[in-house]
Amino acid sequence: MTGKNAQNCNENYLKYVKQLDPPTKHFKNCLSAFGVGGLICTIGQFFRFMLEYAGLSGDELAGAVSVILIFLGCLLTGLGVYDRIGRHAGAGSIVPITGFANSVTSPALEFKTEGYIYGTAAKMFTIAGAIIVYGVFSGVLVGIIYYFL
Amino acid sequence: MKKGNTLFFETQPKIRSYAAICGSKEKEGVIGSYADITLSDDMYGESTYEKAECKMLSNAVRLAVEKAALTDADIDVLLSGDLLNQIISASFAARDFQFPFLGLYSACSTMSEGMLLAAALIDGGFAENCVAATGSHFASAERQYRYPLELGCTRPPQSQWTVTGAGGCVISADKGDIRIVNATLGRVRDWGVTDVNNMGAAMAPAAADTLMRHFKDTDTLPEDYDMIITGDLGALGSRILKDLMWEKGYSISENHVDCGEIIYKVIEDEFQGGSGAGCSAVVMNSYVFTKMSAGLYKRVLFAATGALLSTVSSGQGESIPCISHAVQLEADL
Amino acid sequence: MMAEEILNIFLMYIKAFAVGGAICTIAQIVINITSLTSGKILVFTMLAGVILTALGLYQPLVEFAGAGATVPISGFGYLLANGAIKGAEKGFFYAVTGSLTAASAGVTAAVVFSFIMSLIFRSRTKRN
Repeated sequence: MTGKNAQNCNENYLKYVKQLDPPTKHFKNCLSAFGVGGLICTIGQFFRFMLEYAGLSGDELAGAVSVILIFLGCLLTGLGVYDRIGRHAGAGSIVPITGFANSVTSPALEFKTEGYIYGTAAKMFTIAGAIIVYGVFSGVLVGIIYYFL
Repeated sequence: MKKGNTLFFETQPKIRSYAAICGSKEKEGVIGSYADITLSDDMYGESTYEKAECKMLSNAVRLAVEKAALTDADIDVLLSGDLLNQIISASFAARDFQFPFLGLYSACSTMSEGMLLAAALIDGGFAENCVAATGSHFASAERQYRYPLELGCTRPPQSQWTVTGAGGCVISADKGDIRIVNATLGRVRDWGVTDVNNMGAAMAPAAADTLMRHFKDTDTLPEDYDMIITGDLGALGSRILKDLMWEKGYSISENHVDCGEIIYKVIEDEFQGGSGAGCSAVVMNSYVFTKMSAGLYKRVLFAATGALLSTVSSGQGESIPCISHAVQLEADL
Repeated sequence: MMAEEILNIFLMYIKAFAVGGAICTIAQIVINITSLTSGKILVFTMLAGVILTALGLYQPLVEFAGAGATVPISGFGYLLANGAIKGAEKGFFYAVTGSLTAASAGVTAAVVFSFIMSLIFRSRTKRN
């Protein structure tokens, strides 16, 4: 018997619980997301200028910038700093590519105790796997559509 | 004797000794000065958090047995459980002892389930001395129920913080200041809450159900108790419990205390307070029992609450079934 | 001439900050309303990037804001979709493989660096 059936599910109670929910601080959350997200992008722009100056361009440039930011994301995760940023910044630290790096590194560290093969390696994509799967799938879809257009 | 779902213990088994170990964060709260061992390092000198949890539980049991001036041979059974899959901490801790072990799983209400089963075994004449113990660890619970520790995600304001700690008590037929008078068995209640971050709201109906049945079966009122202590409802859950009880004509706001609500000093990033099996185990086996032995509280009703969910069930969108077992304790003085 | 260049660079930083911040703010608003978890928000933002690129709307944004549009995970979606679109010009085989080829740098970096980090560090408990 699950709580989802009508007999068990007490709608009044759920309504009452919802009304007791502590209020989300919309403005504060958005402001910190804007600030941190913007800052990470500005750092990305800095590397973009530097590498452009070094002679990179096009896809190579974009790739190199994301590699550097991914490295920084992984490093800060390893040092135990990224989760502290993430606690306050919300989407500001999740959405940039560093957040993707964080979602790959954090399970890799966490499951290290279960061994390097079934722990670190196999669990590495527990969160980020979804991004790869949907990214590749939608990318292939776009490619096929463009091919037949 | 039994009335409704409440067991009345004729011999009134006694709590002979108790011991609690808590982590560094818990040390700063109200229980810090009452716990027997406080850890400065959450690893407890082990290589994994699961091992640390197991060691805490094992040491809590060992300490309780020593404080009772008993040896392994005197203990008839260890009743223990924890939050991890296949209750590994409890079973692995039981390796260290020469007495039999009964594994329990009742999530965060394992402490009161262990106490009531121990009392029933002793009252029935099947055992002389039993140990009831449980514990939890923030890092191991976080990995099992939520996300990797280093993942940068925000905690919703309804969430609670799993307590790092373990507590155990020796319940015995002859000696002890605190008596277990009766116990009300819990029923699994599910009012359809699906939000895994809002355990307080999920568990409050179970606690209210058990408390009301207890008052009815024992012909008592909330005023008859010095303290009604619930497990880990947190600040939000406690408020819901008071409302639910008030609706049915019981006013518990005077003497209700929640272990989760009091365990941490500053409720800021823990939001609603502590949770986990270790929460009620540590608070009961340090603060509450010490105060009861000292005569500050004479009659206490302890109702630990547990949310019986798993990551699989919540992933499949199931709501959270919850349970609460109540134990009535009285101090001789 | 010199002053204009510096101004341009400064303006580019402002644009990157504003556009990157705005993408994160939109994601934060979605989180506030729906309380999605971090994994889901990453997937949805990335898919938004793929769709916008396929519709031809993301490319102008990248040209306008530079890293402000490529650094958020929607930029990863842009990379995937852009690779597929470019591949589609070369032939069916490249239309299918183009997206992952374009994103290979990011994925490789994430795998390699994460593995190295897991050799060096371990996850530690939090106190607040």
